[in-house]
Amino acid sequence: MVSSRTELGYDSKIEGEVIVSRRDAIINWVRTNSMWPMPMGLACCAIELMGSGGARFDIARFGAEVMRFSPRQADCMIVAGTVTYKMAPQVRRIYDQMSSPKWVIAMGACASTGGMYRSYATLQGVDRIVPVDVYVSGCPPRPEALLDGLMRLQDKVRHEPAAGKLFTA
Amino acid sequence: MSATVDVTSALQARFPQAAPRASLDHEAVNVPMGDVIAALQYLRDEFAFDVLTDLTAVDWSEAMAPRFTMVYHLFSSTRHVYVRIAADCASDTAPSAPTAIGLWAGANWLEREVFDMFGITFDGHPDQRRILMWDGYPHHPLRKDFPLAGIEAPLPDAEIVAETGMAANPVPLAGGPFVAHSGQINMAEAEPRAKDESWNERRPKPE
Repeated sequence: MVSSRTELGYDSKIEGEVIVSRRDAIINWVRTNSMWPMPMGLACCAIELMGSGGARFDIARFGAEVMRFSPRQADCMIVAGTVTYKMAPQVRRIYDQMSSPKWVIAMGACASTGGMYRSYATLQGVDRIVPVDVYVSGCPPRPEALLDGLMRLQDKVRHEPAAGKLFTA
Repeated sequence: MSATVDVTSALQARFPQAAPRASLDHEAVNVPMGDVIAALQYLRDEFAFDVLTDLTAVDWSEAMAPRFTMVYHLFSSTRHVYVRIAADCASDTAPSAPTAIGLWAGANWLEREVFDMFGITFDGHPDQRRILMWDGYPHHPLRKDFPLAGIEAPLPDAEIVAETGMAANPVPLAGGPFVAHSGQINMAEAEPRAKDESWNERRPKPE
């Protein structure tokens, strides 16, 4: 992570308050703590998602309270609820419109596997149309479970080789 | 509650082909498809059946004739009684029925649902589109010959299909149908999937 070691080839007395770090650490630190979710609320899980945003659970502690209803301003899609085949193309379209880098949380049994809906109308897991980073179990999961999923996603983002991708691509 | 009115005999006096229909709960009448709108209007105007509670259909399976029956549930908000009107569709291959939107505007979406799920077309319907499944879906899911798991069908959006390679696939039923054990303490054993694992999506069903 970010460190304030100052004995690295320059004199802090001369150059002022300079912090030295790695590119990966800086980029991932920024991405981790300002993850703006795209609330893809499709069913009952969306109510729990709203609960996570409320005062009791306070998703703002993780810098992720800025629910964006425009995909261009979001980087973490939270698929909360049952994805039907009728809705699937719209979910994928919104994912495509999000700007990179982007992540997906499949919240609850329905989004992860189709859940109890073993029927002709339901997509059996949103990972068939978008790449999922974190699956949150439960039907519906408690807000704590979603926050745990968010923290796991943050952990994943924290260890990504972000700079290599950023400067070579 | 008000005095009961014998709807069946009143309908029979007006429409000679109307016949009483076996019913476990409320009064039910069979009416020929040609008379059904007139009969519904008669009930609405003369007997104060002012609410169309439900409009649906029955598929008696492909071996039966007549195969499809339209069912109308009416309720009288002043007399608090229900009546059920049933009418057989004439054609088994291209079933159709007259629309009831002229009597109750709310019949619009109900008829779209019946059109979507059973494939019954409604003469005079102003907006006959699917309402639950997507446009272009080739099947009618509530027909008896449609399997619960579904039939493979192309997804609605060609661009998305090009990106994902997805289709609407039959779902793994893993030995379903899915009914949970009631009163099981251990949820892992109460879950429907625990009931039958003799075959699933990975292991084919033993003959």
